[in-house]
Amino acid sequence: MSVIAPKFKLSEFIKSLLDNAFWAVLILSLIGIPAVMTVLFFIEMPVINGELLTPFLALTWIADPSRILPIVHAFMATDIFRVMVFPGFGFAALLAAGTIFVERKMLAKLQLRVGPFYCGKVEGILQLMGDGLKLISKEIIIPAKADKPIFWAAPVLFVAAAAAFVALIPVAPGWVVADVDLGLLGVFAVIGFFPIITILSAWSANSKFPFIGGIRALFQMVSFEIPLILSLLGVVMLTGSLNLSEIAASQSNFPWIVFLPIGAIVFFITMLAELERIPFDLPEAESEIVAGWLTELSGMMYGLVQLGTYLKLYAFAALFVVLFLGGWNGPMVVPPFPAEILTEGIVLGPITANIPGLPLFTQEMLNGTLWFVLKTVAVIFFILLPRGVFPRIRVDMLLNLGWTKLIGLAFVNIFIALGLLYAGVLGPGGLQ
Amino acid sequence: MTEKFPPGLALQKVDERIMTLNVGPQHPGSGHMRIIVQIDGDYIVACDPDPGYVHRGEEKMAEYRNYITNIPHLERPVIHDSCNVLYPYVLGVEELVGIEVPERAKYVRVIASELNRCIYTMYWLAIYGIFLGHSTMFMWPAGDRELLIDLMEKMSGARVTHAHFVPGGVRNDLPPNFEDVCLRQVNYFEKRIKEYSAVFYDNPILIARTKDTGVLSREDAIRLGTTGSVLRASGVDYDLRTKEPYDVYEELDVHTNVMKEGDSYARSKVPWLDMLESCNIIRQALQKMPKSGSVRTKLKPNPKGKGLNSVYKRVESGRGSLGCYIVSDGKTEPYRLKLSVGSFRNLIALPYLLKGEKLGNMPSVYWSLNYWPVEADR
Repeated sequence: MSVIAPKFKLSEFIKSLLDNAFWAVLILSLIGIPAVMTVLFFIEMPVINGELLTPFLALTWIADPSRILPIVHAFMATDIFRVMVFPGFGFAALLAAGTIFVERKMLAKLQLRVGPFYCGKVEGILQLMGDGLKLISKEIIIPAKADKPIFWAAPVLFVAAAAAFVALIPVAPGWVVADVDLGLLGVFAVIGFFPIITILSAWSANSKFPFIGGIRALFQMVSFEIPLILSLLGVVMLTGSLNLSEIAASQSNFPWIVFLPIGAIVFFITMLAELERIPFDLPEAESEIVAGWLTELSGMMYGLVQLGTYLKLYAFAALFVVLFLGGWNGPMVVPPFPAEILTEGIVLGPITANIPGLPLFTQEMLNGTLWFVLKTVAVIFFILLPRGVFPRIRVDMLLNLGWTKLIGLAFVNIFIALGLLYAGVLGPGGLQ
Repeated sequence: MTEKFPPGLALQKVDERIMTLNVGPQHPGSGHMRIIVQIDGDYIVACDPDPGYVHRGEEKMAEYRNYITNIPHLERPVIHDSCNVLYPYVLGVEELVGIEVPERAKYVRVIASELNRCIYTMYWLAIYGIFLGHSTMFMWPAGDRELLIDLMEKMSGARVTHAHFVPGGVRNDLPPNFEDVCLRQVNYFEKRIKEYSAVFYDNPILIARTKDTGVLSREDAIRLGTTGSVLRASGVDYDLRTKEPYDVYEELDVHTNVMKEGDSYARSKVPWLDMLESCNIIRQALQKMPKSGSVRTKLKPNPKGKGLNSVYKRVESGRGSLGCYIVSDGKTEPYRLKLSVGSFRNLIALPYLLKGEKLGNMPSVYWSLNYWPVEADR
């Protein structure tokens, strides 16, 4: 039959790791150390606590946990950490990269093929990195008739809007980039940006297929925004708050999906449409309009749009978790930090290290993040699954679904929420 | 004035509402051809198929090669269905030269031709799936095709372009144990393609998308001269395997699949039903085939046609009636050779079907016509 991918061999994997390590050490020692030394020769080193900071002193600080841990703690309390690393961009980009990998492998298993296999030696885990390098190294071709400033700006704006969306998502108690009281309204505002960016990109390309794709995306996003907003009103009524952290905290007993299943289903379907996933990927229908509004994008501009798309996918899945699945709430499974390490120190052979501020994260935060990630991954899985099962639907079917069925169901959901509220079963603040 | 220009370049009255799209030849949804589509909003106002990008002059080439060396290049138009493309040529040459075919060779030919029909239809179905955005339906048929390709490889030695049919029989006898392997593979293949109905043909979104789109009525199907699965999907019971049986088809029980609707759903389902029927035919042929004997009547090294003579033979290929007209003037090469292919006859229906349809229906209607651009251009 066909060529069968070779089996994974541990010996070859270790050999490849050693190969890579060898080249890394060689390049670092030949280029890195001379470069660093050259730089250090010219710059003036700061004086901290009466000591001149030399590279050797900096290394001793890093090696000494009692000096480096407070610095790490201070860094983790800053806004830049929140924006760049944990609840913000870095965390979301990591999950988005995982999503792309899982999507490829899962779809491949569904379709009886292997999927990415060779790049990265283990089941193709470095395929995404390879694709990214390819996109970066490709030439960016701009159509001659394009409106260049807008055409350039659209992919960047797309990623920026997706990142703004990510910033509003609370991951664990207190761990959110922008804890706004009108968080859900902010989410709607950010979602409202996407059709504008899409049509700007499509129109400024001044080409036929992107234009049709952009118009389709506009239809789709605008007509599905209404059921999207309406389906979330039930949650807002029962919680009595628009703050996403408060909404998540209010579900400590029951997630809202138990009481508002119709709202959850409507939100899930509208989410698929907003994300342009199959069966709603009309704006990128390749057999009709080449690649839709992405047709004229090339190189890293296309890569940026893809990054934004997957960030958006993560953000929508996380929003579903926060609103309907209880956010970070879940049984406490993370063990508490052993207190005797703080009081008695860690015995490392002959020496006993006494390290202040060792628990970098609290138990609640770790547990909340664990449950949040588990739920988000489950939701992302269900977002990816229709791609293997459904064909693409048509514009008229899409508009019919959005304007008649989903809006009607969203209103039914609102009446259920009102009924629960007036019957006194549920109300602001959770189960009463 | 306008007829001096090739299509698409002709001067036309400018209407601001109408947008002209060149779907192809560089387009993921066109194949090796161009469809010039004029759309008003989402509706197709006019459609002008423009084939001819892969014309290779197979018919003219045939005039410069003798009857045997014509075989490898005449199967090029549809490499996935190469046995069926060669079939009418081989039948015609046998009549021109005047040789008898052994009984066992006739059965081997029927088996090879039905296997090839399935291989072609699986490829066609894969592309139909991806045209509708159903990527699983692209991968599954492309993978399950391998079962039958392996069988053809065992039989003829080549995976796609077999060149297995020769005037006077087939090139090689079947390998030992072929009957058992073939029966097992075909049974598994039938089980696999029955699973497609759950993921594809019974899929509610697919049904909603393709039902009642591009409806070709029974009268129009006959009037436009369509053939094959397009004709049978419009409710015409016409299959050359039963109407004009060639080789041993009259001894086999061939059921013709007919659907009444004439929409793209029916046009996509009839080839799938035909594949199930092909599995039945292969099983019957394996049972009735003589277990031993010659498979090839040897010809003289460079056969000549008998005098000034012409012959027209046609078979039912994966895309419908496929005819071959050979004129001989007593030389070792044919004087003239003409292929009449089902693809080109089905393409004629495209402008009629697409007029007034939505743009989203274009891929499904276009590919449901069972059209193979390379064959149409020859």
